[in-house]
Amino acid sequence: MNKEELLSKLKAIITPYVQNEEGLKNLNIHTDFIKDLEINSANLVDVVLDVEDEFDIEIDNESMEKMLTVEASIAIIESKLQEK
Amino acid sequence: MNKENIIQKLPYTKPFLFVDEIIEIDDIHIKGAYTFLQDEYFYKGHFKDNPITPGVILTECMAQIGMACFGIYLLKGEWNQAKNGIAITSSDMNFYKPVYPTEKVVVIAEKEYFRFNKLKCKVAMYNSEDILVAKGIVSGMTFIKNDE
Repeated sequence: MNKEELLSKLKAIITPYVQNEEGLKNLNIHTDFIKDLEINSANLVDVVLDVEDEFDIEIDNESMEKMLTVEASIAIIESKLQEK
Repeated sequence: MNKENIIQKLPYTKPFLFVDEIIEIDDIHIKGAYTFLQDEYFYKGHFKDNPITPGVILTECMAQIGMACFGIYLLKGEWNQAKNGIAITSSDMNFYKPVYPTEKVVVIAEKEYFRFNKLKCKVAMYNSEDILVAKGIVSGMTFIKNDE
């Protein structure tokens, strides 16, 4: 899976939880889920659980705490996919 | 963690404690009960001369049993009332029957997931005739309190 595919899958996952539509329009690797998209902490958990289902990977607590930006999330997803 | 000391660990008190007893509890479900008093404070205003338990209070009762009590149990001793906070993060509820003063209700919650400190449950409330009063989904989180 290339980065673009990964980003588009990630965008589809986060979209239902986004409160700031402007932030979603400008989505890029530096987008911060809380600051730019106004996703709350409860929905961040849903993002992580949806990522697990979509990519068939398991996210541990330590990785979850890092998944606050698009860039960090993609890095974690890529590394978990490699471990498979 | 036994059924009795969970209620003592709750961060609520009268007039906003809506749990009398926990009837069953394990890793997948909880069953608890509350009897609404004749003189709960909200009956004075809901409604004028016609006391009926507000839906938000039924939701609160379901969340106190299905989120707070259940969550404290699932945290297995990690719960510290001085250090931890809890918050409801979403609720999607349907109501079927009114609940009047002095009625006893039983709440059953089944865990959908408990991960990263978020608990999501299917919850249902039944009256003393075992008729469904309310049903839905609630989610909540526990977090470390800070004094900013």
